[in-house]
Amino acid sequence: MRRLPAAVLVAMLTFGTIGLAAGCSGEKKEGAAKETAAMRVAPAYGDAIVFGSNGDVSGFLTAVTSDAASHDAASYVFNGLVRYDKNVKLEGELAESWEVASDGKKITFRLRKGVKWHDGTPFTSDDVMFTYRKIIDPKTPTAYAEDFKQVRRASNPDPHTFVVEYEKPFAPALASWGMSILPKHLLEKYEDISKSPLNKEHPIGTGPYKFVEWKPGARVVFEANPDYFEGKPYIQRVITRIIPDQATMFLELKSGGVDSMNLTPVQYTRQAETEEFRKSYNKYRYTAFNYTYLGFRLSHPFFADRKVRRAIAHAINKKELVEGVLFGLGREAIGPYKPGTWVYNPDVPAFPYDPARARALLAEAGWKQGADGTLENGGKKFRFTVLTNAGNESRAKTAAILQQHLSAVGIAMEIRTVEWAAFINEFIDKRKFDAVILGWNVTPDPDQYDIWSSRKTGPKELNFVGFSNTEVDRLLEEGRRTFDLEKRRKAYFRIQEILAEELPYVFLYVPDSLPAVHNRFHGIEPAPIGISYNFIRWFVPNERQKYTSFQK
Amino acid sequence: MLRYVVRRLLLTIPLLVGISLISFFVMNMAPGGPIGAAADMNPKATAEVRERLKAYYGLDQPLHVQYGRWLRRMATLDFGPSFSPDGRQVADKIRERIPVTLAINLLSMGIILLVAIPIGIYSAVRKDSWFDRISTVTVFTGFAIPTFWLALLLMMLFGVKLGWLPISGLVSLEHDSLSLAGKAWDRAQHLLLPVLLAGFGGLAGFSRYMRSNMLEVIRQDYIATAKAKGLTERLVVFRHAVRNALLPVITILGLSVPDLLGGSVIFETIFAIPGMGQLFYQGVMSRDYPLIMGILVIGSFLTLIGNLLADVGYALADPRIRTG
Amino acid sequence: MASSGRSMLADLLRRLARNRLAAAGGAAVLFFFFVSAFPQAFSSHDPNRIDVRNVLQPPSASHPLGTDELGRDVLARMAYGARISLKVGFVAVGIATAIGLLVGLFSGFYGGLADAVLMRFVDIMLCFPTFFLILSVIAFLEPSIYNIMIVIGVTGWMGVSRLVRAETLSLKERDFVAAARAQGAGDARIIFRHILPNTLAPVLVAATLGVAGAILTESALSFLGIGVQPPTPSWGNILTAGKDNIEFAWWLSVYPGLAILFTVLGYNLLGEGIRDAVDPRLRGR
Repeated sequence: MRRLPAAVLVAMLTFGTIGLAAGCSGEKKEGAAKETAAMRVAPAYGDAIVFGSNGDVSGFLTAVTSDAASHDAASYVFNGLVRYDKNVKLEGELAESWEVASDGKKITFRLRKGVKWHDGTPFTSDDVMFTYRKIIDPKTPTAYAEDFKQVRRASNPDPHTFVVEYEKPFAPALASWGMSILPKHLLEKYEDISKSPLNKEHPIGTGPYKFVEWKPGARVVFEANPDYFEGKPYIQRVITRIIPDQATMFLELKSGGVDSMNLTPVQYTRQAETEEFRKSYNKYRYTAFNYTYLGFRLSHPFFADRKVRRAIAHAINKKELVEGVLFGLGREAIGPYKPGTWVYNPDVPAFPYDPARARALLAEAGWKQGADGTLENGGKKFRFTVLTNAGNESRAKTAAILQQHLSAVGIAMEIRTVEWAAFINEFIDKRKFDAVILGWNVTPDPDQYDIWSSRKTGPKELNFVGFSNTEVDRLLEEGRRTFDLEKRRKAYFRIQEILAEELPYVFLYVPDSLPAVHNRFHGIEPAPIGISYNFIRWFVPNERQKYTSFQK
Repeated sequence: MLRYVVRRLLLTIPLLVGISLISFFVMNMAPGGPIGAAADMNPKATAEVRERLKAYYGLDQPLHVQYGRWLRRMATLDFGPSFSPDGRQVADKIRERIPVTLAINLLSMGIILLVAIPIGIYSAVRKDSWFDRISTVTVFTGFAIPTFWLALLLMMLFGVKLGWLPISGLVSLEHDSLSLAGKAWDRAQHLLLPVLLAGFGGLAGFSRYMRSNMLEVIRQDYIATAKAKGLTERLVVFRHAVRNALLPVITILGLSVPDLLGGSVIFETIFAIPGMGQLFYQGVMSRDYPLIMGILVIGSFLTLIGNLLADVGYALADPRIRTG
Repeated sequence: MASSGRSMLADLLRRLARNRLAAAGGAAVLFFFFVSAFPQAFSSHDPNRIDVRNVLQPPSASHPLGTDELGRDVLARMAYGARISLKVGFVAVGIATAIGLLVGLFSGFYGGLADAVLMRFVDIMLCFPTFFLILSVIAFLEPSIYNIMIVIGVTGWMGVSRLVRAETLSLKERDFVAAARAQGAGDARIIFRHILPNTLAPVLVAATLGVAGAILTESALSFLGIGVQPPTPSWGNILTAGKDNIEFAWWLSVYPGLAILFTVLGYNLLGEGIRDAVDPRLRGR
């Protein structure tokens, strides 16, 4: 739930851990009445905030971890060259400013002066160089090397300048430099940085918080860095408690053991509505940076026929999904981008809920009603299995609801939940699936090459449905090779149209992020990117501070 | 007696071998073998991870060689790296967690003893009285009640509605800044519900056992003789009956290890206690095979020790074996 | 003396009826049988019918036990869930009993090396904490109803085998066995025609108690998410939803828990009743 370095939002398969902070226009905040009065309260240092997290940290270096909990933790300790501001536009973090050359192939970053690592050593461009070299190093087990492999040459002519040149203009390049910068003096002796103590025991970064302790399975603790280059954060301590069970976490929230957590739709609508709750907590709500979809294996004999995919789209009542799974806290999805952003195309071909039309299309494709109600075609029944990952209530509900929708038009869909690790292996490796219900994180940068390019259909690659369209391939190239926003927009708009026509996925819904925070915390201002972008400016007025036993 | 103990200890060896065989068999049940699902969320690392693990497990070797390696690794408690993203050694993760689980289980054994024994004795002595009937019904309910359900209900009642007890974790956040007494109290509060619940199931069985044992002993002639000699009932009960009925205590406790371990999976998960049970559950959910195997083997070692103690306790209680 | 089966059964039933607790248990068992056989009699709703407008509704006239997180009728789900839970219980116990009988009979009858090996095997199996073993095996395979039945069965036969072995050991010395041998009966015939029927009483007790245990185990597994997978209803997996919504949807937690409690209690009381009824000491014979 904190501000996320841009690179962290690289397309990751989400396994649906309750959303990370990301927002959009139309954000709301409930219980806002008190906020305006509180604005006039002077900020004070001190107190601690306790977050609840479903998962444990697996390491502190974002380059070599891929889970949300680890990236969250890392975001307190490390900085990138750039980050996204409250309006989802890139701004400098460790870089004071940058210039993109007119041919789009060179970026010159001017780094901030006077920044120090938590151990006092000054931060310089050597660290940036080191980070770059490490990421492309084959010995580093990272999932994020791809973007950096596009770099033709990197150089640091002086301690506060870093220059990177690309073979071809690469629009996502800028965002990729949101990756956590690593301390050269502490990591250079490790061949594999995932094995270093900075990853496993004690991270040292330049960020607003210093690491205090990590009790695996229990909690991670950070404390404010008094020398942080943006000013010392007000909240003295950040504690993340690891509570794998969502229901237990909510009970902890209510009893004060946790100050902030992401609520599920049920919790938001049913449990966070009481007088008692509103007395102590504020709830926030904004569109998340992820979406859920039904993906078809395009080589499957049933789904190879586009009519069938369209029929299924007509058979699905997305409104019911939003109501049933999200309790109305979200919206229907029609494409792979976040509604309200500059790249989102709202006018794509639609296949609204229309079971009659669905049946008609299926009949055209040769599927006739069988004796038991299931459709048949040449002796074969329309029966398939949808896979989704275990442990995700939203996806389980989605599957159950879809099952009902499809059986209403004569399609028998079986649901199989597979545990996550086996799931990845089962379909990324072996392509042993008919259809899947999954989700993607949506990066602020619109380049989604890895998901839609026909070059990315190999084993373990992310275009696992096997989508291949020459126009989309061309547009993907166009989109990433220019820095001109208008040109990019046109390319991505057209891509969305094609995706809507071809339906490799039926895009289902975009949920809302639903964080709740104890109302002693002031300074929270919802924005398109979420609420944690200004975390270091949150504070608790002296008279309301709860955890006072920590040193200030 | 000593001879018996030694013989019993020697018996442990074939049992250990048996454990290794069965666990090896279980390991290979996974479709794709022990590294069937060796995958990070991270497709790039997968190929390297697979190669490393293949070499580690020697999967290219014939089966009996693989078994040999497993046996050796089991003996040194080297279960390899966990499949979870942090990749730490399974043995380390277990070592971190086991004290908590052991503490809770030992404490609950203590509760069982403290509560079940008096209940059992009193029920036997006052057979068919109201107390006996009520405790019988309670005990049977205890047998039948799903403990995870009871856990939820109690957690709701004491943790949320009444707010008397904390509802998850081992210690509160401010634990480190508490005094020594404060720390002890803090831990006690967090452990109260889990320990009670863990003991609850065993309570039923044990008090039942005490009751029937006491009944056996009371029925026996020498009690009648002692009574005839004019000793008060209380003396009779306490000195003779109870002492004889108590002897199998160690046996029962030793035999309760597997059930307590099984229960710990549920309680630790519900109460978010970072013990071995919760680790096991997480391992199962994430198909972390080395972790699962590691905990399965450690669990069977603990059960083995429990059975050993049970047999020794039984031997202590049974005079025939004692002198033999 | 191998008494005739029918009079033994009648005798047993008479004794059971006299024992009030056992009778109550029996009544509970019969009740849940009825529920699982005729779930439609308890609710006209389709247990899988999702109704997103009526999610998590408290008990009412149209939904006597409320609705769950997808608006499905809880009573209907519980009625069909009874079928699942009982099915798992019976098949698992059936497997366990079959294995236990075979091992116990074989071991007790032949003695010697076979006995030693088999009993050692039992000892080894008993070294594994049962729940751990079940979880491990299901983790390696997959949570399907069939796998669960098989795994619970395959990890629960050890007690039965010891019981049967003990009975077999004492029975094989009896006169009627010698008589059968004298008549030229082969081993198999003796084992299955003469010894087996006489071990049935304690086996029946163990089986009845075993069903109780299997139901508890299945519900624990389903609760944890590795048992019966939704949307197939099981008392255990309804409780999972109960846990997630525990604060305000108490009906999801209370009723399935009570159902499990009464079913298991019923089988326990019945089993204990049978035990008392067939115990030679109590019979005063």
